[in-house]
Amino acid sequence: MSCSAIGRELSAPPGSDAQSCGPGACGAGPTSTDGAGQGELPGYRRWHFVSSFLETPVGPVPVVKTSLERPDRVGAALVRLGVGRGRYRVAPGLYAVGAPGPESPVLVTANYKLTFDSLRKELAGLNAWILVLDTAGVNVWCAAGKKTFGTMELARRVAACGLTEVVSHRRLVVPQLGAPGVAAHEVKRLCGFRVVFGPVRAADIPAFLEAGMKATPAMRRVEFPALDRVAVGLVEFANERRTMLWVALALLALAGIGQGVFSLQRAWLGLWTGFAAYMLGFAGGNVLCPLALPWLPGRSFALKGAVAGLAAGAGVWAFAPNALAGLGLWLGAAVAASWYGMNFTGSSTYTSPTGVEKEMRAAIPLQGVGLAVALALWRLGVGGV
Amino acid sequence: MGGRFRYIPGVVTLRMDPHRCSGCGVCAQVCPHGVFVVEGGTASIADRDACMECGACALNCASGAIEVEQGVGCARAIINGWITGGPPSCDCGGDGSSTCC
Repeated sequence: MSCSAIGRELSAPPGSDAQSCGPGACGAGPTSTDGAGQGELPGYRRWHFVSSFLETPVGPVPVVKTSLERPDRVGAALVRLGVGRGRYRVAPGLYAVGAPGPESPVLVTANYKLTFDSLRKELAGLNAWILVLDTAGVNVWCAAGKKTFGTMELARRVAACGLTEVVSHRRLVVPQLGAPGVAAHEVKRLCGFRVVFGPVRAADIPAFLEAGMKATPAMRRVEFPALDRVAVGLVEFANERRTMLWVALALLALAGIGQGVFSLQRAWLGLWTGFAAYMLGFAGGNVLCPLALPWLPGRSFALKGAVAGLAAGAGVWAFAPNALAGLGLWLGAAVAASWYGMNFTGSSTYTSPTGVEKEMRAAIPLQGVGLAVALALWRLGVGGV
Repeated sequence: MGGRFRYIPGVVTLRMDPHRCSGCGVCAQVCPHGVFVVEGGTASIADRDACMECGACALNCASGAIEVEQGVGCARAIINGWITGGPPSCDCGGDGSSTCC
């Protein structure tokens, strides 16, 4: 009846720990509190962030540190570069911070490790329980949209962890951005716990708890500060590596084929000028557009991206072989930036799907025409059609 | 940063039936963009164009007074939907555990 799998990373494939907290699912678990081997089982590794185990009526619960350490920072840097992003997760289940008791609050979160880390680092000096849901390593907001951070998972996890035996109250603090997936009244009906929606940002949790679980209006608003905008935009450099390869191959082929069947010299000129322009557009759409988002004209992200692309793409005049190719390269950069700007809607915190679809129906045909014209001008410019 | 972000006006699918509202105020609590206000025991839509159709209000309205077509405002998800003929989906990885959103 223990939660002993929690706090350790299974050496088995992800997913096999889906029943963490389930009675009998985690083996016998540690029974003694003395000795160096406490909390260790063959085949399991204890996470560095678990400082000790707390004895509870449902068995030992891992106590987590509230400071981030080197492995957390390295892990965060790697996932931002797109390395191991799909597997950056902690085992779902119950964790403790400080020395929580039956009256301590229960904070619900997702099992994406970046999310888990951003919560625990705000809880220094507090005594609380953390209930981690299985969202397959996806952050709270996105998982709520997919309903993996959802009513059913929450009710199941409360039951599987025996939360009614651990705490005497019947309250769960669910992050506000979990609300697209968690129906508070349904949770109450299913497991008897009342959901209190906490603040949007983990940093506000101490103040929220201090105020008797009351969030100020400011704590309930999602913002989109420049640093966040750029951080999510930069992830595209890792996400789009495959697209970059295809773009390079297409440019090479398009420039090479023509007079003289295939000219290596022309292919090379086409490849590097075209790819440089594409990268200017890429930076326009994924860096400049996010950064300048509030000041770029219009509401449509495709338009904002195009404007950012015209600015960034002006850089092609530094290397354009002639005016004709230069015009094509500049237009191409603007089209690429428009496309990536449009895709940035998915990273924004305020676009509606109906609006995105509307702007896409208008923008994609224009982007298509723009791309065709850009390619024609560039191809004529590099010569030997 | 200052000013609030505004998206394309007059498009969102958010609807509310004030007669069914019990005035519990949960919609105003969960909305990340302050779309609802609660006054005199009923909620109302004060800023429709700020709605991003996340669906938190409708899901948490116990009296069923709110309806919205919930979804992610993401071009890539919509393209995935067009390609597969299904609903918009962020699962571009294909293994069901994609973290892109």
